[in-house]
Amino acid sequence: MANPSRGKPSIQSGEEIDGFVIGERVHRGGMATLWSVTHPGIATPLLMKIPVVSEGEDPAAIVSFEMEQMILPRISGPHVPRCFGTGDFARQPYVVIERLPGQTLYARLGDLPLGYEEAGSIAGKIAAALADLHRQNVIHHDIKPSSIMFRETGEAVLIDFGLSHHNQLPDLLQEEFRVPFGTAPYMAPERLLGVRDDPRSDIFSLGVLLYFFTTGVRPFGESETLRGMRRRLWRDPYPPRQLRADYPPWLQEIVLRCLEIEPVWRYPTASQLAFELAHPDQIKLTARSERVRRDSLATVLRRRFNRGVSLPKPKSDLAAQLASGPIVAVALDTAEASGALNEALRVTAERILATLPSARLACVNVLKLGRITIDRTLDEQGYNKHVDRLVALRHWASPFKLDESRLSVHVLEAIDPAAAIVEFAAINHVDHIIIGARQNSTRRTLLGSVSAKVVAEATCTITVVRPPRLAIARDQEKRRDERVSR
Amino acid sequence: MLLAVFADIHANRQAFDACLKAARAKGAERIILLGDYVGYGADPEWTVDAVMGLVEEGAIAVRGNHDNAIGVASETMNAVAQAAIEWTRGRLSALQRRFLADLPLAVEDEDRLYVHSEASSPARWRYVQTTSDAARSIAATSARVTFCGHIHAPALYSMSSAAKMTSFVPTTDVAVQLFVQLLAGRRWLAVIGSVGQPRDGDPAACFATFDTSSGEITYCRVPYDVETAANRIRENGLPRWLADRLLAGR
Repeated sequence: MANPSRGKPSIQSGEEIDGFVIGERVHRGGMATLWSVTHPGIATPLLMKIPVVSEGEDPAAIVSFEMEQMILPRISGPHVPRCFGTGDFARQPYVVIERLPGQTLYARLGDLPLGYEEAGSIAGKIAAALADLHRQNVIHHDIKPSSIMFRETGEAVLIDFGLSHHNQLPDLLQEEFRVPFGTAPYMAPERLLGVRDDPRSDIFSLGVLLYFFTTGVRPFGESETLRGMRRRLWRDPYPPRQLRADYPPWLQEIVLRCLEIEPVWRYPTASQLAFELAHPDQIKLTARSERVRRDSLATVLRRRFNRGVSLPKPKSDLAAQLASGPIVAVALDTAEASGALNEALRVTAERILATLPSARLACVNVLKLGRITIDRTLDEQGYNKHVDRLVALRHWASPFKLDESRLSVHVLEAIDPAAAIVEFAAINHVDHIIIGARQNSTRRTLLGSVSAKVVAEATCTITVVRPPRLAIARDQEKRRDERVSR
Repeated sequence: MLLAVFADIHANRQAFDACLKAARAKGAERIILLGDYVGYGADPEWTVDAVMGLVEEGAIAVRGNHDNAIGVASETMNAVAQAAIEWTRGRLSALQRRFLADLPLAVEDEDRLYVHSEASSPARWRYVQTTSDAARSIAATSARVTFCGHIHAPALYSMSSAAKMTSFVPTTDVAVQLFVQLLAGRRWLAVIGSVGQPRDGDPAACFATFDTSSGEITYCRVPYDVETAANRIRENGLPRWLADRLLAGR
């Protein structure tokens, strides 16, 4: 770790950097110093984070800072600090973020163990924050009390993204260092094997926090050595009920599921974890909730020496196989503005196809004809439009990597799009139509919805898809920004 | 300034046309062409004319190994590539052949280097496939960012101030306009991917934009009329495999 006394202060109070006026230094850590700053155009209280960089220092401080510099400007919402600017190593490295009131959850360590209700509610807020972060392609990788703050409105805010992984950015930490970086007591077992792209690692860390906050004991101790940390690859923690006899079964179910060694046995998403924490009465209790002892030595030894043995595959039967081969039609709008909707359609189609290994996918688009111009001649423009759409449909479907025999694309020319889709489905024995519904469209209000008409008139199963709320908000924001910049 | 960077067009008119349109729609102010304008595809005359026109309007262009092979018969290539080169040579005018032969192997532009294969030895046409290949290229230049093509699949390498390397494969999902800020504290090698013959499993054409003021590179995928490009290859009697691989993106 860096020795702060060796690093020369690179900035002074009263100095100005890119319009930010430096105030007092509020924190001095091993990796970075924090300063309160002001900006004439910004009313929000601000913090400037400056990495500790001096000769012979651990380059981790630099790389962590670079990750924050890349990630912070890309994430938004109530669960992360707003980012107001970044500066590069070429001049003065810094990030400016909003200064949140209050202290981190670390301040509560003196109060442990907390009451079950309160700890559950805190964990629920953190799980909601994680779900929002994961939706933005980021895995935090350093969930612990000192990385968590709360807004006055109650939402948990995750801070410190220096060890994070962004799914769409180079991972400077994975490539550069062979040892896993993080906080030893909270680190998920798969991290010790070099895995940095599984969001369930954050769910494990939250499980450690919840265990600690409800028992006052860290489930895997405080060992910082790689050898000590590796024990969690095969050794399960003491069940909380062994430590506190009154430990509620629902809470033990949640904690131990978060702490499963294999990520696949944990909650699949942070949202599902948040849902369970919000509805303790609806939790399906398993053997986990009853456990009062750790796994037997035989089980532990089996885990230790049989790593990598795969789980048995479920066997298939004939009826299921037949049901797995339906014809699925996706009705797509290829217009530029329907990106979020088409993405949502793809996610839905992907889920359906994933469970149906021999399903056929037909991608359908309607080229709408005017009522007056039915005698459309095959001019060059019309032909190009047709080809462009076939290309767009095929491209939309390309990530599925479907064998050609399982994929077809169709551009229907019609005056009434809904009628065309219904007719196509009837003629082609389509089992399932997946269609998008527009949000708040004036055209829908005036002309009636295509999806509603398809739902009313078609005779097969229909899935109506809407983009996730986040994507809609982002699209609307983008459109608003575009309007402003014009 | 927003640069649009194209590599390995390989005489694919449909792909290049679609990428140029996409780049203009994004507001590209300057065109950078990283070589291999010909070879494999069926429209070398149109492509070289388009490149000549762009250069006249201020685009920067460097020479690739296929462009080089038009003039230098001894260039070593596999049989299919060689067959395509022989066919192409007959199609190009003397003026077009001269244009290709006169292109530079590398161009420096402020803190950027444009080269077809890599920077350590541009005339040897080495492939950048590993971080050590990338390190060799970055070590051979003082440029902060090197742009290259040649391997027909996008990749992004960086070298930290401590000479540690990172590698990254930009996602090929078209719904994600993937952008990365090329941090000033590092040196970068950006492999752009191919306009005219992508080989990373996605048949959509690749190009990239680079914003010289923000340092952001955006990897773009452009769907285009692959069937027509493949049919042109078949119609012209070029090896059929060259058409098949366009459809598969392999």
